[in-house]
Amino acid sequence: MSLSLRAAVPERGVDVRVDVPAGRTLAVLGPNGAGKSTLLAAAAGLLRPHDARVVLDGRELTVVDGGRTRTWVPPHARGVGLLAQEARLFPHLSVLDNVAFGPRSAGVPRARARAVAHEWLARVGLDGLDARKPAALSGGQAQRAAIARALAADPRLVLLDEPFAALDVGATPALRHTLSEVLAGRTAVLVTHDVLDALLLADDVAVIEAGRVVEHGPTRDVLNRPRSAFAARIAGLNMVGGTWDGTGVRVGEGLRVQGVCDEPLTAGAPAVAVFRPAAVSVHTAPVTGSPRNTFLADITVVEPHGDLVRVRAGDLAADITPASATELRLVPGAGVRLVVKAAEVTIYSVVRGQHEHPQP
Amino acid sequence: MTIRRRPHAGSHLPAWAFVPAGIGAALVLLPLVAMVSRVSWGNLWPLLTSESSLTALALSLRTSATATVLCVLLGVPMALVLARARFPGRDLARSLVLLPLVLPPVVGGIALLYTFGRRGLLGHTLEVLGVQIAFSTTAVVLAQTFVALPFLVISLEGAVRTAGDRYETVAATLGARPTRVLLRVTLPLVAPALASGTVLAFARALGEFGATITFAGSLQGVTRTLPLEIYLQRETDPDAAVALSLVLVVVAVTVIGLTRRTGTESTP
Amino acid sequence: MRRRVLAVAPVIALVLGLAGCGGSDQGGDDDAAASPTPEAATLTVFAAASLMGVFEEIGSQFESDHPGVSVEFSFAGSSDLVAQIQQGAPADVFASADTKNMDKLVADDLIDGDPVDFATNTLTIAVPPGNPAGITSLADLTQDGLNVVVCAPQVPCGSATTTVEEGSGITLTPVSEEQSVTDVLNKVIAGEADAGLVYVTDVKGAGDTVEGVPFDESSNAVNTYPIATVSGASQADLAKQFIAMVTGSVGQDVLAAAGFARP
Repeated sequence: MSLSLRAAVPERGVDVRVDVPAGRTLAVLGPNGAGKSTLLAAAAGLLRPHDARVVLDGRELTVVDGGRTRTWVPPHARGVGLLAQEARLFPHLSVLDNVAFGPRSAGVPRARARAVAHEWLARVGLDGLDARKPAALSGGQAQRAAIARALAADPRLVLLDEPFAALDVGATPALRHTLSEVLAGRTAVLVTHDVLDALLLADDVAVIEAGRVVEHGPTRDVLNRPRSAFAARIAGLNMVGGTWDGTGVRVGEGLRVQGVCDEPLTAGAPAVAVFRPAAVSVHTAPVTGSPRNTFLADITVVEPHGDLVRVRAGDLAADITPASATELRLVPGAGVRLVVKAAEVTIYSVVRGQHEHPQP
Repeated sequence: MTIRRRPHAGSHLPAWAFVPAGIGAALVLLPLVAMVSRVSWGNLWPLLTSESSLTALALSLRTSATATVLCVLLGVPMALVLARARFPGRDLARSLVLLPLVLPPVVGGIALLYTFGRRGLLGHTLEVLGVQIAFSTTAVVLAQTFVALPFLVISLEGAVRTAGDRYETVAATLGARPTRVLLRVTLPLVAPALASGTVLAFARALGEFGATITFAGSLQGVTRTLPLEIYLQRETDPDAAVALSLVLVVVAVTVIGLTRRTGTESTP
Repeated sequence: MRRRVLAVAPVIALVLGLAGCGGSDQGGDDDAAASPTPEAATLTVFAAASLMGVFEEIGSQFESDHPGVSVEFSFAGSSDLVAQIQQGAPADVFASADTKNMDKLVADDLIDGDPVDFATNTLTIAVPPGNPAGITSLADLTQDGLNVVVCAPQVPCGSATTTVEEGSGITLTPVSEEQSVTDVLNKVIAGEADAGLVYVTDVKGAGDTVEGVPFDESSNAVNTYPIATVSGASQADLAKQFIAMVTGSVGQDVLAAAGFARP
């Protein structure tokens, strides 16, 4: 049950390609408007791209070639389930009949469909709510019912479009746990903003920026060694991009970043230097000592971050103690030096190596 | 001495607005009151149960019910196509469908005559097939359907567009074929609008006069519906005309009551 | 001379009725006050719809004979006009298409003096041009498969039809009993009906669009048109002069040209 999808919609500036091996969940991360929804709509058959090829488990669902449709399987015949931000339970049906809708549509007799629905409601923790109308459910309960409904249809591919976005923060962890249970072993694509979703629910991550897949690999690898600005940001890491000059990363005019390089790089190759905000110290005066990288920048934001203070200056972030922040009188607009030891900086190629997940 | 102002609901309304509002209401209600005051209550029952009255009432109910069924069978798909399908000239089609709403019914009757009449557009074809529509009950049903159809289409189309296609998309991804989506999701969601549209269409069909008298003729038991009977009775027996008018007023009030109820149910 | 659309007539009646509330017997004074010319006056004539053409012609003749006088007509079905006069519409002259409706007003004491019969009309068979069904007699209308249209018995042309049927012993099976003679005529003109029973004057007025087939039995129902001054007419003198013109040679010539016969 593997998915291979490529879709191009020129008027939206989107041209994406992802692969989801059978039984794995792919998290799709990216800023708003990057093309994540286009990807889901193309997979579900709700959108006919200008160029596309969607193959699920060896079966062609969509083949569009320069606007000419070669193969088109309508949404209801795809075996692709969709879970949206809002539950979208049918308001005129009971919760049980909502969940039984998929099996009934597949021709399962009513009694059997209801039994299946009942089991699914129990699995998502909604025992005893069979007879309720959707209007009588809380937001979290409704989303659980929607999960049960999507899975009761036994889809070969599950699409999830920011399933927690419309929920109270309090309802999210339990629901995420439920989802991780029911998605186990299923082929799924999860669009999300939240790195926790990727970490807890996904085996692989694809990052989409400006209509292109800029990263695609196992979750841990993408989040530990981000190669795109967006991935670095959601992983909570600072990243500086440039070219490898043999001993460091050259970032534009006069700025070089030194660090630890743990893979063979050829001079002139694009490379990134990545480091944790907690490894960055903030100074108002020049600093000397062991090999260090210094960035001059103006503070844009000073905000609480756990029990530390996060200072954002330029494209970088530094986490320092509240005491230091007070002592340094850090206010937005002030010019500071952000300093990170070379030992804290990891340098690697922008291009993912062959030994890792194949770059699509 | 103090003057106590009574708080009114909608107190932002200027006081003068009540005057034209009251006159408007009187203009609508006074004629009805005047008509009811003319009802000869003692003779009401015999007038209503005369052979010609009962025949006209039965014919009206039969033809209006048939026209309403036709309106549902044709109007529901029309509303769905207009609300959902994308085709060139859709906006124009949307306006044209509503034409019978604004056309004088007599004009509708003339148009029907030139379509289904003997010398009409389809008349010759129909005659070859041995079908004569003019002067038949079929003509009455056609005229009623013609004038009533837009009522159903307009109320349903608006509801379908307002409802959006979110639920339909979900149903499709759950494996429901388009027909199942229509019957199990789309129509139940717009059921209140469908109900009020159907009731309105029935009421319009029941009251239809101009197109019928122009197109269908007037013969007891065949084409002379209640409004035509009222118009004819006026010639000789005004009391009977008033009594039969009362029947139509009662039906109209009932219909308005029904649509108001379904209307409030549909608002969340 | 002004011609009003029928639908406006009740409104005019209402307005005039309200205006007259102050003193209905002082109509002449009202007119004098409303207009600087002493002779200026408006004569209101309520006439059966079938008289529209001829009365408009007679009306213009009357106006040119009486400078300053304008004749205002309200044409409608005779029974509608009777109902309006009963409700107090200010008519000076009433011309009915039958004696029955005139008798209603006489019975209600709403007529000044005796009504005068000024024209008669008889039924004829109207057929589409060229008479495709080859109809030559009333009996031909009973053929199978013919769409025959008549007036409903409740309206004057229908009661005349019933009288003809009774007098001739021929029973028609019409496909429709129409509300008015115009409706019958239009069904024939449109080709929906193969034949219809209408008045001679209707066929004459319809020009080339229909043909008339006269039949002997029509003498069983001769429709008589009476005319009279309405009680309390504000222009009683002018009303009498108008009636005189209708019954005199001027009116009779116009009526004859339209197909009406003398009483």
